[in-house]
Amino acid sequence: MSVLVYTEISKGRIKKASLEAVNYGSRIAAQMNTGVTAVVIGDADLADLGKAGAKKVLRLKNDKLSDLNGQYLTAAVEQAASAENSTVIIFSSDFTGKEIAPRLAAKLKAGIVAGAVGDPVISGDSFTVKKNVFSGKATAMYVIHSAKKIISLLPNSFPVTLGEGTAEVSDFAVNLDNVNSPVKVKEVKKVTSELNLPDAELVVSAGRGMKGPENWAMVEELAKELGAATACSRPVADMHWRPHHEHVGQTGVAIRPNLYIAIGISGAIQHLAGVNGSKTIVVINSDKEAPFFKSADYGIVGDAFEIVPKLVAAVKNFKANHN
Amino acid sequence: MKILVCISNVPDTTTKITFSADNSTFNTAGVQFVINPYDEWYALVRALELKETLGGNVTIIHVGAADSEATIRKGLAIGADDAVRIDAEPNDAFAVAEQIAAYAKDKGFDLVMAGKETINYNGSMVGAMLAELLNLPFVSMATKLEIAGTTATIEHDIDGGTEVVECPLPLVLSANKGMAEARIPNMRGIMAARTKPLTVVPAAAADKLTSIKSYELAKGRTECKFIDAAHPEQLIELLHNEAKVI
Ligand SMILES: Cc1cc2nc3c(=O)[nH]c(=O)nc-3n(C[C@H](O)[C@H](O)[C@H](O)COP(=O)(O)OP(=O)(O)OC[C@H]3O[C@@H](n4cnc5c(N)ncnc54)[C@H](O)[C@@H]3O)c2cc1C
Ligand SMILES: Nc1ncnc2c1ncn2[C@@H]1O[C@H](COP(=O)(O)O)[C@@H](O)[C@H]1O
Repeated sequence: MSVLVYTEISKGRIKKASLEAVNYGSRIAAQMNTGVTAVVIGDADLADLGKAGAKKVLRLKNDKLSDLNGQYLTAAVEQAASAENSTVIIFSSDFTGKEIAPRLAAKLKAGIVAGAVGDPVISGDSFTVKKNVFSGKATAMYVIHSAKKIISLLPNSFPVTLGEGTAEVSDFAVNLDNVNSPVKVKEVKKVTSELNLPDAELVVSAGRGMKGPENWAMVEELAKELGAATACSRPVADMHWRPHHEHVGQTGVAIRPNLYIAIGISGAIQHLAGVNGSKTIVVINSDKEAPFFKSADYGIVGDAFEIVPKLVAAVKNFKANHN
Repeated sequence: MKILVCISNVPDTTTKITFSADNSTFNTAGVQFVINPYDEWYALVRALELKETLGGNVTIIHVGAADSEATIRKGLAIGADDAVRIDAEPNDAFAVAEQIAAYAKDKGFDLVMAGKETINYNGSMVGAMLAELLNLPFVSMATKLEIAGTTATIEHDIDGGTEVVECPLPLVLSANKGMAEARIPNMRGIMAARTKPLTVVPAAAADKLTSIKSYELAKGRTECKFIDAAHPEQLIELLHNEAKVI
């Protein structure tokens, strides 16, 4: 018996979301008196996996695994889980996790909770996991009835702690002779900004109150000074003022950064659905009746065109005094 | 082209969510139900556009009780040719996928489309499960879809960017924003929907692997603290000293 965690490498390091998953897996393993095995594809410094709590690391080996194809990955994780006799399998609920965790669940007939926000409550045979429902307006406790269980974690919902542990690393040959995926990758377009919005801890976002795309320089400058990613409301993306991947909300990306600064955004319920998990929310809006203030921790009532440049200066000043 | 579009029936996005006194069930009384936006705006509308240029047939399928028929009729009013309702409570993603797979497996669909996720349970699971059960390739979070002959070219979201893939039909995909623009049903569509076929299929055997034990409303934020617009620098101090986020 063991807990298996699917992990990924990005830019030569284990992804933060993967470390969240290994930490989570090791807390479950402790409750079940077993260990965590992490699986990974590719080469990088894997020491963080041990520090996050993995006892073993299996490097999945097969040439077909190079482009994160869902059918191959599902088969690969299934083989590792079977070799490790894993009854609980953990993913991050990022795009790859959304593609393969449910597919694996169907293959194994494993009950799955996708987007978990709490540690499982295990008592005897009962296994329950909390997840957000109704786009963050509520949470639900899901009971998993099957013997095999899969949990994918809502990114940024758990802190990462690294200890002193080390993991035993070995290669694991995956056999994909009988799996043939017809999906061929033609082109990969990586977002050029250094900060990936769903992973960002700080986000500066702006809406229709900015009046036009030509006014985004100050938003970008504030983001840059803070080391934050930029986001926007849906009409802003629909009007092509900003790229579609920046659109947050019900129909866009759901994020939960430590800090979300909303500038000139009214706070429609569909917008809140994507950001209300943020730890701290700041709202800057010229209308003191804007609904967003009801969901904010800090508010400034005023004209963004005056306030944002002052904030940029204040952040510069702050950094000068705190370094 | 035979296209199957999976639609789910969800509370309108502005619904105020409440639960029974013991927090075990969601109160549906007075709630307006609609087609899940991803299923309607992106999957269904793109399916209809493809049918309009390539010819063929668009079937919508829903797993649920009779009270979701108004939602199904709306899908027909937007332009689907026919509809199937599988008469089962949709209370577990895997069971829903098994129901749809049992129906679809021998019908020869070229393309099966699901939405990115339902806006009530936010699972993002049914599409991928369906692909596994039908032993088909799956492309998640599609933002563009073109079909030429028997090959689909799909742009979809991946971690840190987007990717363009090619895949021969048949396949399963989940639809994200970008696939199409929303359509509003016109009077003719609404009239036509009344007479379009809506077949009710009895539930197949399915495995319920999860269930919901209880709900809890998200905690609201405490009061918003207002900062004088003349002194925005105070915000930076508060974010550092009080919220400790910078
Ligand atoms: C099913 C559905 C799904 C949707 N999904 C999403 C989604 O995912 N994400 C999303 O964002 N929206 C979504 N929407 C749209 C949503 O309902 C709102 O229309 C949208 O969020 C409004 O965007 P906004 O706040 O930028 O613009 P507006 O509502 O126009 O608000 C602009 C704000 O800027 C303020 N302002 C104006 N000038 C200034 C100034 N000089 N300084 C400071 N403030 C100023 C105004 O007071 C106002 O509050 C969805 C809608 C539906 C029906
Ligand atoms: N009861 C249902 N009937 C038909 N399709 C469904 C049902 N539930 C979910 N789906 C489809 O599966 C997608 C993902 O749903 P979910 O996995 O619940 O987030 C939805 O966008 C629908 O396309």
